[in-house]
Amino acid sequence: MPGQPNPPLWLNVELTYRCPLHCVYCSNPVDYATYGPELATEDWLRVLREGRSLGATQLGFSGGEPLVRDDLEVLVTEARRLGYYTNLITSGIGLNEARVARLKEGGLDHIQVSFQDSTREMNDFLSSTRTFELKRKIAKLVKQYDYPMVLNVVLHRLNIDHVQELLEMAEQLEAEYVELANTQYYGWAYLNRDQLLPTREQLERAEEVTNRFRERVGNKMKIYFVVPDYHENRPKACMNGWGSVFLNLTADGLALPCHEARMLPGFDFPNVREHDLRSIWVDSPAFNRYRGDQWMKEPCRGCPDKMKDYGGCRCQAYLLTGDAANADPVCDRSPHHALVTRALERAAAAPARVETKPVLLFRDDKNSRALSQKRAPAPAA
Amino acid sequence: MAIAEDTVLQLARGHRFQWESVQSAHVLLYPEGMVKLGTSAGEILKRVDGRTPVAAIIADLERAFPGADLRRDVTEFLEHAHGKGWIHARPA
Repeated sequence: MPGQPNPPLWLNVELTYRCPLHCVYCSNPVDYATYGPELATEDWLRVLREGRSLGATQLGFSGGEPLVRDDLEVLVTEARRLGYYTNLITSGIGLNEARVARLKEGGLDHIQVSFQDSTREMNDFLSSTRTFELKRKIAKLVKQYDYPMVLNVVLHRLNIDHVQELLEMAEQLEAEYVELANTQYYGWAYLNRDQLLPTREQLERAEEVTNRFRERVGNKMKIYFVVPDYHENRPKACMNGWGSVFLNLTADGLALPCHEARMLPGFDFPNVREHDLRSIWVDSPAFNRYRGDQWMKEPCRGCPDKMKDYGGCRCQAYLLTGDAANADPVCDRSPHHALVTRALERAAAAPARVETKPVLLFRDDKNSRALSQKRAPAPAA
Repeated sequence: MAIAEDTVLQLARGHRFQWESVQSAHVLLYPEGMVKLGTSAGEILKRVDGRTPVAAIIADLERAFPGADLRRDVTEFLEHAHGKGWIHARPA
């Protein structure tokens, strides 16, 4: 890899994998329950300083549920003092007025609250909790403390037909931003993929509804609709390229180029307990492995789009084909593209509306431990 | 949208403007995003403080960068920034 890499602009810290919710599409690793101890407050404070001097500007506090950490206020205050734009990415569970006030005082810039659905029944079913009413209260609290309101909803087959209602709920809560993010099939979502993949018809309807809503509300509300890449024929420029702008830190201190890379075999991801962030970002073999295009195989190597999409997502390539250096099979130039189209056909063959509850694997400690013993899911046939 | 010269502009809620030494540039930060600003955009946004009317911003810039007629460039940029939702008129 010639030259120095650009600085990481986005530092995402997964402070903990503890979470009161058990969402069936969670992107956390399926074996999280077996990981070592979480970093201590002092470790995080040091890492935040290292990240800032590397040039990171956006900082995401994420998890698990970051509010589970009772030092969140300390970390936010130091992060803001260092000059980060601080984002709290939360389910809202664990937030109350005293904590919102302390976070505001510490300089937290933005709170993103997730909803699972516009209906109490589906919200609570998907997260395996009773949290819907609580979330509405939290959303009001966020507003009351003058934060920009960002609502995030992960879309999938079971809630994508509720996009109109979701947007109306967002409008009612006076959200300034809404992210309708289609599920990405990693972690728990990958295990539940056959139940979660929407059909093409569902997707088209949801996009149509979103566009109509956009026309009506105009500038008042910014709506991001993240399409599910399985329905595309060119891959996403995942993370804008490996080790390009994004640096993810896990609760136990591993530095990763994305949320999912931990599952890739043959890597020795550096731990911030042993290495400083600069040497990790600039020098570590793990972060350099898929920079540039030297690692690419055909059809990526000779592809005119290779520096546009970087061959897509390494984790998806591994998960579906067994080799992370293959083209992301979402690409119809990939010899493995049929793996994606077959998954879509399976989803389309199933009824789009699930009347009886499907069998879903909830993200919780018990399932995580059981899955860890079975090892990672085998790449799909 | 045309912006009248007596308008007082301020950064939109959740937006922050700051100097980034690693990038040697002013940036505008907002929820989960960032815009790296060119030199002139940085000089203009630096003066959007919720107190100074547009006409005074233009006058101040023309003092700082003498010899240039900046009115049109400044107005165009402010309209662009307004369209992007980065700034808005301070409520009267």
